[in-house]
Amino acid sequence: MKLKGRAHKFGANIDTDVIIPARYLTTTDPGELGRHLMEGLGEGFTGKVSSGDMLVGTTNFGCGSSREHAPLAVKGAGISCVIAQSFARIFFRNAINIGLPVLECPQAEEIEEGDLLEVDLASGEIKDITRGRMYKAVPYPPFMLEIVRAGGLVEYTRRKLSAR
Amino acid sequence: MTLAEKLLAARTGRKSVSPGEFLSVPVDLVLANDVTAPLAIKEFRRLGVGRVFDPKKVVFVPDHFVPAKDVPSAEQSRVMREFAQEQGAVYFEVGRAGIEHVLLPDKGLVLPGQIVIGADSHTCTYGALGAFATGMGSTDIACAMASGETWMRVPHTIRFVYHGRLPKWVGGKDLVLFTIGQIGVDGALYASMEFDGETIREMSMDGRFTMANMAVEAGAKAGLFAVDEKTLEYLRPRAKGPFQVYTSEGPYSRVVECDVSSLEPQVAFPHLPSNARPLSQVGEVEIDQAVIGSCTNGRMEDLRVAAGILKGRQVHPRVRLIVIPATQDIYLKAAKEGLLEAFVLAGAAVSTPTCGPCLGGHMGVLAEGERAIATTNRNFRGRMGSPRSEVYLSSPAVVAASAVLGRIGGPGELGL
Repeated sequence: MKLKGRAHKFGANIDTDVIIPARYLTTTDPGELGRHLMEGLGEGFTGKVSSGDMLVGTTNFGCGSSREHAPLAVKGAGISCVIAQSFARIFFRNAINIGLPVLECPQAEEIEEGDLLEVDLASGEIKDITRGRMYKAVPYPPFMLEIVRAGGLVEYTRRKLSAR
Repeated sequence: MTLAEKLLAARTGRKSVSPGEFLSVPVDLVLANDVTAPLAIKEFRRLGVGRVFDPKKVVFVPDHFVPAKDVPSAEQSRVMREFAQEQGAVYFEVGRAGIEHVLLPDKGLVLPGQIVIGADSHTCTYGALGAFATGMGSTDIACAMASGETWMRVPHTIRFVYHGRLPKWVGGKDLVLFTIGQIGVDGALYASMEFDGETIREMSMDGRFTMANMAVEAGAKAGLFAVDEKTLEYLRPRAKGPFQVYTSEGPYSRVVECDVSSLEPQVAFPHLPSNARPLSQVGEVEIDQAVIGSCTNGRMEDLRVAAGILKGRQVHPRVRLIVIPATQDIYLKAAKEGLLEAFVLAGAAVSTPTCGPCLGGHMGVLAEGERAIATTNRNFRGRMGSPRSEVYLSSPAVVAASAVLGRIGGPGELGL
């Protein structure tokens, strides 16, 4: 599956309080959460997002709280995937569980704000069309790939439970 | 093997496990709160199983937005309460509860050698008791509630060894802020942190809970302490069953040694817990609010230290001091010991147990341009309110002294 969209570039240690401030944690609706994406940095970010756009961070993206509302807000805002040099472990796990593609890419730093990107989820190839560069994401470990292939953790667990 | 490896090997019936290995592990306790439970319950329903795997091992604690701050948060608490009743799960109601990570160990629900997962990142607090405890999201919790197991990647272990006697007014909070300052907010990403050394063996359980609590602020999966005489003493009146104890033998991916004998109180500047500075290098930082509480520092020892400083003194006219005992038991004990009286006489607002202001929920949200010093665990941008407010993290001693001074300072400036 190929994704195409513009990059919204962020720095290191983008935390979940910035991604979705706690005052919005009284809903679980992805669309509603998505309207407040990145509001911790000030208002107006969602106005710049077009469906299919991508978030690009550097190190430790998604650090902080375990709130699954963070990847839900990302998904709910129409973001197609998140690319970063490294992810905080709970955010990474949550994203995989809810079916938000997250790609670990050591060269994510080279991608700049507004770059047009094309991501091939099957091969892990990230093409920066604006700059004519090609990167490769770190492949998922086989165990995690099973969850991704099942379509998320709920599906994966449902199959496992029914096999018991 | 390390503490984490021995525990995970034992609970999965293996002779040994290695870092990086993926395991399906049984869980001894699964918990969620009023913010994360509704989402977990929604996902649980999608699984198509009627019942949780073991109602005695599934715990719900309303603590984030309680007593309900508005209608949507009241609805969230209701969803959780009704699910807990339906399932016969362990549930603590407002007025009989408190902040989950202080409450559960105190009620004897967490024991050494257990695997505990919670839909709250500070679940790692229970590492102080030698339990492998880690935070996860709501979907992970939903699946574990249904199946009684979860998947884990065995973490590598970074060992922190502390030597020397802690100076006056320096404690667990300072040690952990200093350590996060040294290694950074992703310095222990995916790792298990092990805390040891003679300083740790001298440290109270309350101090150890504070340190384990903030392991996640370094990116860690768990923050573990070996069980010793102090742990056993804590467990004696609480533990209702047998438990397993392990000792660490390594190997470690890294060993960090630290002499604490001249460590100063630490203050983490906005907007990262790793921006720690010694108190002497803070400079002139005026504050509008001071907060003493949270799953990090809302325990008896924290309140005793703060009350000792505030007794007979007045909170600075410009400052609002908010004190939040972490549980009902602590609240009652603090009342009996006269600590609450000391806080009120000093001009502080004393709240019923809640996470409240720590995450900018309620009970002390910051306006634009305001600055707070807090005993809480995170100082991310906007954490306590407006994106244009600031949070400084420190110990109960420094926060209490700062509330009196009207700026960040230590008890030493008050002649203590």
